[in-house]
Amino acid sequence: MALENGQKPEDKAELAAVTKPTDWTIVVLRVVAFFATVTATVVMASNKETKSLVVAPPISVTLTAKFQHNPANVYFVIANGIASLHNVFMIVVHFFGDKFKDKGLQLVMVAVLDMMIVALVSSGDGAATFMAELGKKGNSHARWNKICDKFEKYCDRGGGAIISSYIGLLFLLVITVLSIIKLLKRN
Amino acid sequence: MAKITKRLCTLVLRLMAVGATLLAAIVMATSHQRTSIFGISFEVKYNHTPAFQYFVIANAIATVYGFLVIFLPSKSQLWRLVVALDVVITILLSSSISAALAIGTLGKNGNSYAGWLPICGQVPKYCDRVKGALISSFVGLIIYVLLLLYAIHSVLDPLLLQKT
Repeated sequence: MALENGQKPEDKAELAAVTKPTDWTIVVLRVVAFFATVTATVVMASNKETKSLVVAPPISVTLTAKFQHNPANVYFVIANGIASLHNVFMIVVHFFGDKFKDKGLQLVMVAVLDMMIVALVSSGDGAATFMAELGKKGNSHARWNKICDKFEKYCDRGGGAIISSYIGLLFLLVITVLSIIKLLKRN
Repeated sequence: MAKITKRLCTLVLRLMAVGATLLAAIVMATSHQRTSIFGISFEVKYNHTPAFQYFVIANAIATVYGFLVIFLPSKSQLWRLVVALDVVITILLSSSISAALAIGTLGKNGNSYAGWLPICGQVPKYCDRVKGALISSFVGLIIYVLLLLYAIHSVLDPLLLQKT
C-alpha cells in the first residue's frame, strides 16, 4: 500500500516531465552558455599586465601585455561577444516566440543560427588556444620566445577565458543538437 | 527521379569535400623547406608547430569520415546520426583552420609586441604550401556547411506545406 502511494506521485511527476522535456532544458542550457561566453569575453577583454624591467640601473623599461596585441585574442573576444548576444536573443525568442504564426520557420532559423554560432565560437577557441600555447612554450625552431614566464597573470587570465569559452562551446553544441532534434521531431 | 537527383547532388558534394580535406592534409604534411642563414642550415617542417599538426589530424579525420559516409545506403536509419556528425566535423574543421591561420599570420607578419620575428621571408615555399592547404581546407568547410544547410532545407519544405 505504501509502495503504491509512493509510486503514483512519482509516475505523475515523470509524466509531467515527459510531456515538456525540452522547454526548460534548452532555456537552462542557454542561460549557462550565456554566462560562460560572457565570462570569456569580459575576462579576455580586461586582460592587461604591465611590468617594468630594469635594463641598466638608471634606465627601466615598461612593457605592457594587452589582449589587443594578438589578433587571435581580438577575434576570440569578438566571437564570444557575438555568441553572448545570440544567447540573449534566443532566450528572448524562446519566451516571446509563441506570438509568431509560422512556428516552422522560427525553428529552422534557430537551428541554422545555432550552427553558425557554434562554428564561430569553435574557431575563436582554436585560434586563441594555439596562440596561448605558443606564448607558454615558445617555438625554438622559429626563434619565438615564450612570454608566460614574464607575464604570469596575463597568461593565467587568458587561460581562464579560454576554458570558460570551451565550456560555453560544449553547451552550445548540446543546444544545437537539441534544436535539430526538435526540428526533426516536428517533421 | 527527384530523389535520385538529390542523392546524386549530395554524393558529388561529399566527394568534393573528401577531396578538399584530403588535399589539405597531404599538402600540409609534405610542406618543408630547408634554408641556410649565416652558414647555419635549418629546416622548417609542419611538425614544429602543434597548430599545424592539429590541422593535419583534423583534416585526416574529416577525410576518413567523409569517405565512410559515401558508402552509406540511402534508406539507412543512420542518416540522422550523419547530420549530427556533420556538425561535429564542421566544428573540428573550423577550429583547425582558425588555429593554423592564426599561427600562419604570425609567421607572415610577426608580432612586434612579443618580439616574434616573421619567418616567411626566409622560407617562402613553405609559407605558400601552408597557404594552399588552408584554402583547400576552407573549401572543404564551406562544402560541409552547404551539406548541413541542405539537410535542414529538406526538412523545411514539408514544414512550409503543413503550415497551410
